[in-house]
This record gives sequence, structure tokens and C-alpha cells, in this order.
Amino acid sequence: MSVDQQTVRRIARLARIAVTEEDVPHLQGELNAILSFVERLDEVNVDGVEPMTSVTPMVMKKRPDRVTDGGYAEAIVKNAPATEDHFFLVPKVIE
Amino acid sequence: MTDLTDFTLTEAREGLKNKRFSSRELTQAHIAAIEKARALNAYVLETPERALEMAEASDARIAKGEAGALEGLPLGIKDLFCTKGFQTTAGSNILKGFEPQYESTITQQLWNDGAVMLGKLNNDEFAMGSSNETSAFGPVVSPWRRKGSNVHASGGSGTIEGAHLVPGGSSGGSAAAVAARLCLGATATDTGGSIRQPAAFTGTVGIKPTYGRCSRWGIVAFASSLDQAGPIARTVRDSAILLRSMAGPDPKDTTSADIPVPDFEAAVSRGVKGLKIAIPKEYRLDGMPAEIEKLWADGAEWLKKAGAEIVEVSLPHTRYALPAYYIVAPAEASSNLARYDGVRYGPRVPGRDVIDMYEKTRAAGFGREVKRRVMIGTYVLSAGYYDAYYLRAQKIRTLIKRDFEEVYAKGVDAILTPATPSAAFAIGEKGSADPVEMYLNDVFTVTVNMAGLPGIAVPAGLHNEGLPLGLQLIGRPFDEETLFAAGQVIEDAAGRMALPEAWWAYER
Repeated sequence: MSVDQQTVRRIARLARIAVTEEDVPHLQGELNAILSFVERLDEVNVDGVEPMTSVTPMVMKKRPDRVTDGGYAEAIVKNAPATEDHFFLVPKVIE
Repeated sequence: MTDLTDFTLTEAREGLKNKRFSSRELTQAHIAAIEKARALNAYVLETPERALEMAEASDARIAKGEAGALEGLPLGIKDLFCTKGFQTTAGSNILKGFEPQYESTITQQLWNDGAVMLGKLNNDEFAMGSSNETSAFGPVVSPWRRKGSNVHASGGSGTIEGAHLVPGGSSGGSAAAVAARLCLGATATDTGGSIRQPAAFTGTVGIKPTYGRCSRWGIVAFASSLDQAGPIARTVRDSAILLRSMAGPDPKDTTSADIPVPDFEAAVSRGVKGLKIAIPKEYRLDGMPAEIEKLWADGAEWLKKAGAEIVEVSLPHTRYALPAYYIVAPAEASSNLARYDGVRYGPRVPGRDVIDMYEKTRAAGFGREVKRRVMIGTYVLSAGYYDAYYLRAQKIRTLIKRDFEEVYAKGVDAILTPATPSAAFAIGEKGSADPVEMYLNDVFTVTVNMAGLPGIAVPAGLHNEGLPLGLQLIGRPFDEETLFAAGQVIEDAAGRMALPEAWWAYER
């Protein structure tokens, strides 16, 4: 399978990465090089094979439903580019 | 007196114990070496004040007889590990200025055992690369040069001139720093070969333990089902000592295994008598350089002489590991990297609305390789393609794992392969036209991540251009001990790698 330029723009949009018109042709070429590389997988018969979901068989660890951490809003917002009163600031989302 | 930076971690530990020198002296020697080696670009952040403070605290503990397992030993930390109050960027502009307010579990365990932090080490952006060329801080210069190479440090400014070699990646800063004696050992991470390939390129030892052996908490995530941390060091024993401190279950990482950490150092001298070591025929690639073939045969011969039985086995799905990886890893990366949106950390590029802000921030913050992988990942997970790509790749992963299980069920203790398909290459030499050319570097290492197994790269010889080459040993799940034992046999037979003189050293 290969992608056309329209698909490259759509993927970029889904990935939330702005691309310029000049970027599109070389991105298309690079993405198609990778997609053609992975085409080899089509020759493998995977009928009845379970997809791998965990590398080592282990039981999901559980912990008691208790608050064990927290109370440091200051530290959480410390690295944010825009904050106010321990809130992250973003451009207006709802009109 | 020998330069204190020439000691292995084991020798330095002995010297501190016998009070031949202090941790402050040992640390100061490394700080001085780092200052003179800035042209290598191995460190992206030097923390000399913190290092000396930690060294003095170590000296006090040594004096009181309270020394920990790594007391007073100076280490470098890959910039993928969050270090409280010290910038952590994963080699990306999108995390520029990020100062974690918490410490990764692994680094905390190292400090708890008394280790000293020298600084943060360069790596490919978000660990995506095999040459350290994708770092936002620029490439790392390998301390190794080809025989007769014109690469040198210019007399006027100390900058490197000539087409230098890459140290491998993504843990290129870690490998270069260990080989250049800018630390006694370093932390690293491995998603498709990022510990073992740079170790092989720089004549150092690198082990990727079993998935779940080390906590991933506080390490910048790339592909969560493949990422695993481990050490790079100058000897097999040094790497065993470091892994013991790094490993162990962690309640903060549900994928860390509740399995006790053995005394890895004790396994180093165990030998391989009576072990069954396999050579997988699918790793014999068409067009494999004769030197790699010879190295591999030598390795088998050394293990045989030490009492191991060598058998040939088949891992039939080997050739599908790399393409399946280039679906699974980008898919997980596209999901993990969704968090870099200019809201919680990193620089923000303003936009006309929130989506425009996300798109511009990510376009400015991510480098080309990262964008490429996030886009591939987004594509293979998108509606209509998920089954054809991601689900199929995960099924193939089951088959790759099954290949290994069948070999181990026949009584095989470890598998011997080359670590890389070639010796180190020069900057700009690979992957500029076709990204897949760079990806092929991981052809021998990536199977191990796909199956979650442990793998160690050990220096085993020199290429005819005078560059190091490594062998890889792959073990059973949670049997790193056999890898240390067999790795030591290779190290003993090959002889300790003579590391390059400090041709890069420059006094400012």
C-alpha cells in the first residue's frame, strides 16, 4: 500500500503536526519507503495466531483503591508555558 | 599515578574501598575529562556542582563504613531519564527547558546505592535513531577513528574536523562517554537495539535486560511494550554491578516484574561449562562482511573451548522482525508522543485556536525522524488500517516469540549472534535518502525487543579499519546471569578492548 499527497495531509492533521506544502512530497516519499518495507509482512500466514499483548506472562498488578500520592499542584504546573492559579491555560476551546 | 578515569568501575570501587583515593578525587578527574571532551558532544548537561556534592557525601559515608553498592562511583545519565531539578529533554526541542519535579525510579536507585551524577548524556531524539544524528543537540562524535583517518580536533578551537564516525544510537552519548572515559558507566535504554548497537560500535558492553526487569517509571516513553533500560560499561563485570542496582520491581510501573534481582556479579565468573549455546542460521545474512562472519565463528569457538556445546538452530520468522517493529514502535510512539502539545511542558507556538496551537507547537518541536515515525504510527492505527498493519504485526510478534520459545524448549541456554551488521559508519553516510537504510542497523537486535528477551553486546574484536565489533548473546527470559557468564568468556578470550587515546582532549 502507498499513500498519496492527500493522505499525507490527512495523517499530518490526525497527528496534529503542521506540514507545509513543500514538506508533503518528501514526506510522501519517506512514508512510502517505510510502507513498502513493511509489505514483506503480507507473506506471513497469521491464521489462528493470537496477537501478542504482553511480552512476559504476568498477572496485572492491582493496588488498593486509596489515595497515596498528590497535593503538589505547584510542581505539576511548574513546567507549563502558561498557567493561572494552578490551571493550565490554553486558547479558548468553547465559544 | 594512573589517570583515575582509566579505571574500570570495578577497579574504582576497589580503590575507594581501600582508600587509595577519595570519591571527590575520582569525580574531579572525570569532571576535568568531560570539560576537555566537549567537542565529542556526549554530555548535553554537565552537573559538576551536584557531582562534587554527591562525592563528598559518599566520602563521608565511606569514612563511617556505610558505603552502598555504588558508593562514590561517577556515572552519566542518558537524557531520557527524568532527573529532579535537572533539565531532561530526550534530545528534543519540544522538551527544551523541562525540569522534572520527580526522579526516575532507576536513577533514584543508583543514588540510593551511592552513585554520583556527572551529567546528562546525548541521545537520538526520543531515542529514535541508530547514529545519534537525530538529537536536537546535534550528533555525538565517536571517540573511535578509522585507521589513517584525518579526523582531528582543530588546534585553534578544539572543534572536530573531518567526517567523524557515529557512536551508534540511540544511546550514543552513553556509549561515547563510557568509551572516552568520561564516566565509569552510564544508563541507557533500548527499544530496538539502542543499548547494544552503540555498545558494539564503541567497544563497550551493553545489556538490555528482560522486559520488566527494570522499572520504566520516569523514563521518557518511546514504545512502551519494547522500551527497557540497562547499563553501558567498559567490562562485563561493570555492567553486572550496574544492572543489579538499576533492576527490581517498582509499584509505580505495573509492567515491572515482581521477581527478585539476583546477584548478577556473582554470575560473571560462572563459566559456560555444560551450557548449550545456539547459532541461529537466519542471522547469516546475504552479503554479510567476512569480518563479521569470522568474529561470529571466533565467538562460537571461544565458548566451545570454555566447555559449551554449540548447536545450530532455526528462528524462521527473523526476517519479519524489523518490518513488524516499524509498525509496532511507531504506533506506540504516536500514542506516547501525543502528550507533547505545548500545554503541560515545553515551548508553545501560539495559534489561532487550540488545534492550530498544537499543530504549530509539534511542527516546531519535533525533528524530522520523530515526525516521520509519529505519522507512520498514526497511519497504521487509523480507521481501516488497524487490522492490516498493527494487528498483523502483533500476530507476527507472537510468531517471533514462539520461535525463541521452541529453541529454549530444546534446552538451549543462550543464542550467539553478531551485534551489528557492520562496524561504525561516518556521519551523514546512512539514511539520508532512504530512512530504511538506517533502520537495517538493528536487524540483529530488534528480534530481542519484539520477544521481550534479554540481550548483551560484548566487544569481540577489531575490524580491519581498526574499529570495534561486538557479539550479541540472547538469553531466556529473566536469565541475564547466563549472559554475564557467557559474556565474560568472550571478554576473556577476545581480550579487554584497548580504548582510543584522548585525541579529542582540548584545554580551553
